[in-house]
Amino acid sequence: MPAGPAIRLRGIVNRFGPTTVHDGVDLDVERGEVLALIGGSGSGKSVLLRTIVGLRRPQAGTIELLGERIDKDVPPALRARYGMLFQDGALFSSLTVARNIQVPIRERYRLPERLLDELARLKLSLVGLPCAAGAKLPAELSGGMRKRAGLARALALDPELLFLDEPTAGLDPIAAAAFDELIGSLQRSLGLTVVMVTHDLDSLIRIADRIAVLVDRRIVVGTIDALRRHPDPWLQAYFGGVRGRAALAAATAGG
Amino acid sequence: MAAGWVKATRQGEVALLVLGGAWTLDGLRALDAELARTLRGEPMPRVRFDADAIDRLDTAGAWLIARTERALAARGAVVEPVELSAEWRELLGLARAVPDEPLPAPPPVGIMALLIRLGAATVHAGHEALLLVTFLGQIMVAAGRTLVQPWRLRGAAVVRQIERTGVDALPIVGLLAFLIGIVLSFQGADQLRRFGAEIFAVNLLGISVLRELGVLLTAIIVAGRSGSSFTAQIGAMEVNEEIDALRTIGLDPIEVLVLPRVIGLVITLPLLTVFANLMALLGGCLMVVVALDVPAAQVLRQLAGSVTTTTLWVGLVKAPVFAFLIAMVGCYEGMRVSRSADSVGRLTTTSVVLSIFLVILVDALFSVLFVQLGI
Repeated sequence: MPAGPAIRLRGIVNRFGPTTVHDGVDLDVERGEVLALIGGSGSGKSVLLRTIVGLRRPQAGTIELLGERIDKDVPPALRARYGMLFQDGALFSSLTVARNIQVPIRERYRLPERLLDELARLKLSLVGLPCAAGAKLPAELSGGMRKRAGLARALALDPELLFLDEPTAGLDPIAAAAFDELIGSLQRSLGLTVVMVTHDLDSLIRIADRIAVLVDRRIVVGTIDALRRHPDPWLQAYFGGVRGRAALAAATAGG
Repeated sequence: MAAGWVKATRQGEVALLVLGGAWTLDGLRALDAELARTLRGEPMPRVRFDADAIDRLDTAGAWLIARTERALAARGAVVEPVELSAEWRELLGLARAVPDEPLPAPPPVGIMALLIRLGAATVHAGHEALLLVTFLGQIMVAAGRTLVQPWRLRGAAVVRQIERTGVDALPIVGLLAFLIGIVLSFQGADQLRRFGAEIFAVNLLGISVLRELGVLLTAIIVAGRSGSSFTAQIGAMEVNEEIDALRTIGLDPIEVLVLPRVIGLVITLPLLTVFANLMALLGGCLMVVVALDVPAAQVLRQLAGSVTTTTLWVGLVKAPVFAFLIAMVGCYEGMRVSRSADSVGRLTTTSVVLSIFLVILVDALFSVLFVQLGI
């Protein structure tokens, strides 16, 4: 496996009309780490994520994914090496869950139906869904199950990189904790590099190795402890607020 | 990187399966076939694996290993579990944890399934009809309440609907009616020429436009334009929980959303029909004047002789009924939208198809009625 960071951003500039969302963002994501991307509403977290995965081209700056520089379009071979979980799963609503999981595999490989079904079962089992869920349509699943199914599809090609857009948003605290745990254990056993946009303080504390914060159209990276001491007012309010202190206290008490 | 491979050798009683290369999705098809070939060979009462030569593994490859262990054990072989290096041990653990039940089979196909679907569709259609009649009743109740308490009517909303469904539709309705008028009199004159009766194309035009085509054409355009937008608007509100919010505040969605649309369309469709009639007659007469070289005065005299006010009213009286049907179906389908966004699209289609169907059905009923009345 080649050395160097999994993701390297240099001088990313994103503008929407007169508003500049990112003004020279630099970011390195190391292989095998979990990086959480946080920031206030409208600070451009999702825009940055969409820029990294190639859904949006920045006005300036360079992106390197897994050592490959992305100029215009992401080459298909590289696309197969990362997966993305969208906020509500973004499952194709006309296909069953099993079919959804098989979409990326069918696109790249010609495999017998029997083997495709086995792979769908394998992915369902990885994300903790019962086999019976495979025959269901996305509309028949609960929000938490849709996210798990979306994760199974994101993992279909055994990617090295996994992008998560608000993985725990819209889940109840118990389901959110279970989902955090799932991501953590999959990350360890599959050796994934994970970049996730999140608001959830508990997720941050539980699974993130480092945290990247969008402050003033740029990025500040650090561990929770380092960022707590950062002078930025938004960060102070984020970690020093009622919820922030509660989550940190719970984490300290819990171990 | 070497592709994945498997070799079977013997160590006395024990069969040794040596696995090596890349056990990944890339070479999965070949590996799957090779494994099947290897296992088909001579019986293996005792099996040991040597997986040291594997240099790459992903979940798909791990699954093949786990599946092979399982298959051998199911045949009654004594299997020594595969040993992998530390970095892949967890991966294999995940693959071994896959439950051993097949995916549920897709629903059956064939003649029986066809019959089942036909039956379900019939029951569904009957149920739908009942619900639509219920909705009709709800609209009537709200309309009755508004008649008794006229100040409850949302005047501004009605006017807005008249603008959207009427004024904004003038160009498209006018243009299409004009073109249909041209086509009708051209085709009519072409056929009547054989009898030397081209001028009667004007009679054909006048009667068919005023009695049937003007109103039918307008109704179909409005069903496609406004009926669908009623469904989409109300459906989007339903997705966004706005309808529930109305109910929570104590407002009746029928009164607030449905009634203004129904009243607005009942007012506009007859007016649009008059406009469409005019444009179709204009187009048709123009065609006769230009193509047949008949003086305009004679064309108008012929037209005046062929139609009466009854002809006009026979067509026009249907317009409010059609308008009511279109608005009712459009709103009804909109209210049926569930919280998923794709149901908006599905029900918008249903709304257009159903309202055009009902319009043509009721038009046929009107024809029967008029024949009975001798009009």
